[in-house]
Amino acid sequence: MCLSIPAKVEKIEGNEAIVNLSGNRLKAALDLLDNVKEGDYVLVHAGYAIQKIDEVEAEETLRLIRELEEDMSND
Amino acid sequence: MKYISEFRDTEAIKKLSQHLHAITKKPLTFMEVCGSHTMSVHRFGIHDLLPENVHLISGPGCPVCVTAIDYIDKAVALARIPGTIITTFGDLIKVPGSYSTLEKERAAGADIRIVFSINEALNISVTNPDREVIFLAIGFETTTPPTAAGILRAHEGQIKNFSILSAHKIMPPPMEALIEEGIPIDGFLAPGHVSTITGTAIYEFIPRQFGKGVVVSGFEPVDILQSIAMLVDQIQRGEPKVEIQYRRVVRPEGNTKAQQMVDEVFEVTSSNWRGLGNLPNSALNLRSKYQHFDAEKKFQLVLKEPKEPKGCICGLILKGLRQPPQCPLFEKVCTPENPVGACMVSSEGACNVFYRYKK
Ligand code: SF4
Repeated sequence: MCLSIPAKVEKIEGNEAIVNLSGNRLKAALDLLDNVKEGDYVLVHAGYAIQKIDEVEAEETLRLIRELEEDMSND
Repeated sequence: MKYISEFRDTEAIKKLSQHLHAITKKPLTFMEVCGSHTMSVHRFGIHDLLPENVHLISGPGCPVCVTAIDYIDKAVALARIPGTIITTFGDLIKVPGSYSTLEKERAAGADIRIVFSINEALNISVTNPDREVIFLAIGFETTTPPTAAGILRAHEGQIKNFSILSAHKIMPPPMEALIEEGIPIDGFLAPGHVSTITGTAIYEFIPRQFGKGVVVSGFEPVDILQSIAMLVDQIQRGEPKVEIQYRRVVRPEGNTKAQQMVDEVFEVTSSNWRGLGNLPNSALNLRSKYQHFDAEKKFQLVLKEPKEPKGCICGLILKGLRQPPQCPLFEKVCTPENPVGACMVSSEGACNVFYRYKK
């Protein structure tokens, strides 16, 4: 029940977003987040968007792993 | 799917696993606090990717599992009151109470409906003005803000026939209780989605008071392996601290809007945890302003003494002291179809996870 899933915001209607969750369209309430835009990725939990997903940080996490690979090949 | 497939990349997983083998020097035990982590660990076979001397144990982070048995007894009692509609997340339906389950009550005629969101429950109360709709509100810091938002919607809409049975819980107190009990843990994988809401300040006491590291981890295999590597690295350097691996979602300050809504609606109280007993400051009650939404205040429930299921060691499993196969009932008597204890019911419960992913 703690499942929270990344979903893309396709449309915003007032206090609610229509999000695309791996092809399924669901409603996610926006009460808990400000400044959500169409095209954003949000984390959806129990019918509510609880946080925006930060693309730059996602890239950064993956970059650290790529660097790790180089480190090891330098050893 | 974006933000999932990149974090399941087999090359990255292999590199991280090799890296962990290279840096791990001594035996270490980490606790994955959250039930969703337990699920990922088994689903993606993380144990097989770790060095032999690194152990992961599951913790008390399955909300259905830690909810005390008398909560189910109360839900059953509410379901038996004529005219009520019980709305609940699906996981709770099969959890054994002392004398019955919601599933049995439903078979006996009670109106019990599975919902995905408190807003669905609110809609049911609007379309059934002459019935009382009760939402079973359990879960940790991730699930509390949606409940708070729902209560605020009900308050603004002046919905009279809606209430909640609240057992929302707070994560750090059981972590502290486990360390104080002396359970050997070298560091914690902290729950990513709890931290999405709370931020990281709630864990600061762990390195400060107990000298143990905390890494807030995401739920994909790359996330978990990277988080373990971060914990090992902290130990190697002798610098335990709180770090965020799950940076694409977790900000140090958390979701402050959600925090404010929770604070508006709820106040902190003590509560009973399965296995851990009564912990101070570990749960949330509706503030007096919103008490007309408290099902326990609306209905005077008369309950029999709670009775734990015989032979179930769910409490020890939640403390990381036993593994599910060590329970004599595991698989033989207790299965997801016929669960004896809560840990076999929820998809995040350790017994359920072990049962489903056993080799
Ligand atoms: S296997 Fe069943 S009876 Fe044993 S601890 Fe788990 S839930 Fe309890």
